Amino acid sequence: MRPSKSSGGAARAFPRRLLPKAKTGIAGLDEITGGGLPKGRPTLVCGGPGCGKTMLAMEFLVRGATEFQEPGVFMSFEETADDLVQNVASMGFDLNALQARKKIFIDEVRVARSEIHETGEYDLEALFIRLGHAIDSVGAKRVVLDTLEALFGGFSNATLLRAELRRLFDWLKERNVTAIITGERGQGQLTRQGLEEYVSDCVILLDHRVANQLTIRRMRIVKYRGSVHGTDEYPFLIAERGISVLPITSLGLSHRASSEILSSGIEDLDPELGGGFYSSSSVLVSGLAGTGKSTFAAHFAAGACARKDKALYVAMEQSPDELLRNTKGVGLPLKRHVASGFLKFHALRPTAHGLELHLTTIHRLVEEFEPRVVIVDAISSFIGMGINAEVTSMLVRLIDFLKTKQITLYMTSLNETGEMLDRTGANISSVVDAWLLLRNVERNSSRVRTVSILKSRGMAHSTATHPFSITSRGILLESPLASQGAP
Amino acid sequence: MKQPSTRKKPAARQTTRGKRDSAKYDLRLYVAGNTQKSSAALQNLERICAEHLGGQYRIEVIDLLKNPALARGDQILAIPTLVRRLPSPIRKIIGDLSDTSRVLVGLDVKPHA
Repeated sequence: MRPSKSSGGAARAFPRRLLPKAKTGIAGLDEITGGGLPKGRPTLVCGGPGCGKTMLAMEFLVRGATEFQEPGVFMSFEETADDLVQNVASMGFDLNALQARKKIFIDEVRVARSEIHETGEYDLEALFIRLGHAIDSVGAKRVVLDTLEALFGGFSNATLLRAELRRLFDWLKERNVTAIITGERGQGQLTRQGLEEYVSDCVILLDHRVANQLTIRRMRIVKYRGSVHGTDEYPFLIAERGISVLPITSLGLSHRASSEILSSGIEDLDPELGGGFYSSSSVLVSGLAGTGKSTFAAHFAAGACARKDKALYVAMEQSPDELLRNTKGVGLPLKRHVASGFLKFHALRPTAHGLELHLTTIHRLVEEFEPRVVIVDAISSFIGMGINAEVTSMLVRLIDFLKTKQITLYMTSLNETGEMLDRTGANISSVVDAWLLLRNVERNSSRVRTVSILKSRGMAHSTATHPFSITSRGILLESPLASQGAP
Repeated sequence: MKQPSTRKKPAARQTTRGKRDSAKYDLRLYVAGNTQKSSAALQNLERICAEHLGGQYRIEVIDLLKNPALARGDQILAIPTLVRRLPSPIRKIIGDLSDTSRVLVGLDVKPHA
């Protein structure tokens, strides 16, 4: 009597042209699903313990109730209602208020086999009645069953349970509610009890792993019948305002190219660059330790602020205080720009959080502060926080995200060795639009700072290596080294 | 706590057997409509009680189709479910109660020899 995969209900026989979708309201998830979950159908969300299933399901309900006028029912088989209220309070959701306003109905189902004796035939009609009553009492359009598999711990008749589950999924479709069913990851299959057999429309897999002592959460749309969806594994976070799925690469390369040119903030350098950097491009400044990368970045920030453009400076290696002190010495009035609100510092401790959390933080700061330029000093700090390929992928996503927002990104990167030019660590030099290399070279038994423009897309730029000095009036360029014949 | 609130609701189908006040066993049978399983469960229950509980019982039948909200209180999922509310602790037996000895074990009653 094991249910076979083919007997799925009449609704499946007729593929619909346009699949109606219900927006989750979860940042990023609606992008990768092309508009949300299948409306009026169940979606399976599965993953191991602590992967964020309950949080995702709850946010789906809360967003539905608060943003889309779709009240919801949360049937919890594992956590108590009190625990749920507390757990999601950390994401800023007030479940008690939503329950009081009849936007959300929480039904806590306790299943314990030890309490129950079985004698003779039964079915799970009471579960249907309970759920139906809950749906009716708030006019629910969304339903979460978390985690339905707990039923298998409560009843010994697995054949009957499976038949009842199939009936339940059909019933949910009849009620036309958009549902999330959560399931625990099983060995060799998506869920321990094979719930994926019953949910044919959409299956989302969550994963939670630790790499280099840092937690990385990922999400993948395993299946989405009748809909185009992203097939990658997308990193996501559970942060203080809910879940964020990163990114948003679906925006791809369709961003508008700008012909506006921004100054590098170094007066002498702009002519060598062919005027400066294109607006909403990405700039990389790389070099060994002590070659002046942060000073270049500070010039760029100061230049933006002087034009009354807002600049976000993400400092990963020095504290904002140190940066303010150090740049004051080279004549950059960054403190004044902070005071006038054009410059905002954000210090990130490289290893304090996972890679994704940093990038989401940057996303969020960008949304809030709305800068025209973002400086990340230095992206090399991300290396060691993840596998190199992951770092690269995250940075590419950051670049794309800022491009679509028409924000110019200025990154510095610490090179480990002087010889390997392309070893920017994160291997993003091919992605950036402009690339400056800073070096210290020995000349006449003294150290000379130099800058070379390795790349500046779409610009007639100098190919010479320019010596420069860092003075109390900032960075000053000298004649190119090519003319070093004369002593 | 010995007077269930459902008692006041006329919509709930109830039957009461035995002596009200001195009932040692306070039993509730949850059903959903008049199904075969439900009526079998009630018949079996009445028979078992009459044979083994010696009048020291009270049976209340709750139809969840009429009172869906009541499923929550006793954590009912399966139909039919028999709940022994008294003596405590609460015990639950699901199914049509066709196996008398299992029902007696579930109710924690020693069958009369």
